[in-house]
Amino acid sequence: MIQLEQVTKVFNPGRVNEVMALNNVSLNIQQGEFVIIIGANGSGKTTLFNTIAGAVIPTKGKVWIAGEEVTTLPDYKRSKWIARVFQNPFDGTAPDLTILDNFRLAALRTQSKPLKIGINTAFKRRVQNTIARLGMGLENKLNQPMGTLSGGQRQALTLLMSIMDTTTVLLLDEPTAALDPKSADIILKVAQSLIEEYQLTAIFITHNLKDAQQYGNRLLQIHEGKLVRDLNATEKHNLLLQNMYEWFG
Amino acid sequence: MDFYLSALVLSLCLGAMSMGVFISMRIFNIPDITTDGSYTLGAAVTALLLVNHWPLFPAMFISMLAGATAGICTAYIHTKLKIDALLAGILVMTGLYSINLMIMGRSNIPLVNLSTLFTYIHFFNNSTYNALFTGTLIIGFFVLLLWFILLTDFGIAMRATGNSSSMTRSLGINNNRMKIIGLAMANALTALSGSLVAQYQSFTDINMGIGIVIVGLGSVLIADALRIWLNIVAIGWQIVLVIAGSFIFQMVLAVTLSLGVDPNILKLVTALFVLLIVALPRVKNVLIHQNE
Repeated sequence: MIQLEQVTKVFNPGRVNEVMALNNVSLNIQQGEFVIIIGANGSGKTTLFNTIAGAVIPTKGKVWIAGEEVTTLPDYKRSKWIARVFQNPFDGTAPDLTILDNFRLAALRTQSKPLKIGINTAFKRRVQNTIARLGMGLENKLNQPMGTLSGGQRQALTLLMSIMDTTTVLLLDEPTAALDPKSADIILKVAQSLIEEYQLTAIFITHNLKDAQQYGNRLLQIHEGKLVRDLNATEKHNLLLQNMYEWFG
Repeated sequence: MDFYLSALVLSLCLGAMSMGVFISMRIFNIPDITTDGSYTLGAAVTALLLVNHWPLFPAMFISMLAGATAGICTAYIHTKLKIDALLAGILVMTGLYSINLMIMGRSNIPLVNLSTLFTYIHFFNNSTYNALFTGTLIIGFFVLLLWFILLTDFGIAMRATGNSSSMTRSLGINNNRMKIIGLAMANALTALSGSLVAQYQSFTDINMGIGIVIVGLGSVLIADALRIWLNIVAIGWQIVLVIAGSFIFQMVLAVTLSLGVDPNILKLVTALFVLLIVALPRVKNVLIHQNE
């Protein structure tokens, strides 16, 4: 589903602050894999993530999504495959727009946005049914501006917005980093159920080793721009939390 | 009475520009100074075409196209060359001064004895009533048009662009393209405003646009105050409030003039009035904190 071939990314080339964020990374992610990426701060995991999302264009190497070469395709054109949940819970939604308006745009992620009024009763019901699975009571607040909700609520809605249109890849960039433990738990459980229900290919960056152990069926560790560990489902299943802590020792 | 009625007609004419400022400032969060230039541009193109006996509506349409082009220039400089929006607007505005002079060929073109939008309709014996009727009709049309556009899927995408650029990119919206379309729309409305004012006052002057952006800004700020006060969320009614803001602004100026204030210091009064609207909520906050 996602393929990286010898991808290298150098920031500020030729200057004193030159950084090699990715160093010759090759990676092949199959359809339906739920990949967890761990790594210390500055290890290059966000750059890897942004390379897949299209927010970063690699210095060298090639990127394929669903069999199509997308190396230089900007992020807004990759939205036909990719849905994203950001680290900052406020980045995935527009605060001044209502919940309904936000969901309307999400429902058109892979399509053009025409000069037609698309919000009707049927659409409202669809959004209500989607939001109801959170059990937060937000399904009755469709006309409330997104900005009036908490970070946890907005992150949960961002996650649900990803399934409003056809999604093949779900990218989760530390989606729970800014949330309290209870909201974080809800987000990850919802993510897990969506990934299973819609058979999504998912990539989840996290600093939380417990989450890394609990979720996903493949585990990657990045260190200084290189993939240093790649565990398949069985290896990951047999992995102890203790061992993972030692990787960072 | 006629004095205040003509202030009302003028506020309708300027309402188109206020809608433009609403689009650039409120929807796209871009301080667009192109306004000063595109307002005069609209008036200049209308004057040139009417003097050359063009039919009225094509002349107004071309004026709006000219304004849209000016907006596209600013948006291109801002998005493609990554130059600050404020500077991009100032550059285009400055350039437009010469372009407007070239279009007009001199600094003032009178439009008396020419058929304009305000001599088009003769429902009433009083010409101000006729102008009021025509003005309401045309501004009403554009209010409803913008209202509709902002409710469509495209309009939601427009509103989201200025609100959360990370969100729009992840949902497949090309932010730069949106900004270009947005500034084109904003400056087309501004040019329409210039065209209407020129027809209403029966002349186009090269200096008529100087500082006009502040009038639009003031109208949008009054609309903001009204919106918070009346607790209005719906985007359509916000456009109506912008027109109301334009009306209140012109009324304040009309009252100031009728009090016998020297017209030469009218710009100063305008600036102070806008300062007052911006500062009022803050002054109120300071006073509340002092009392605590």
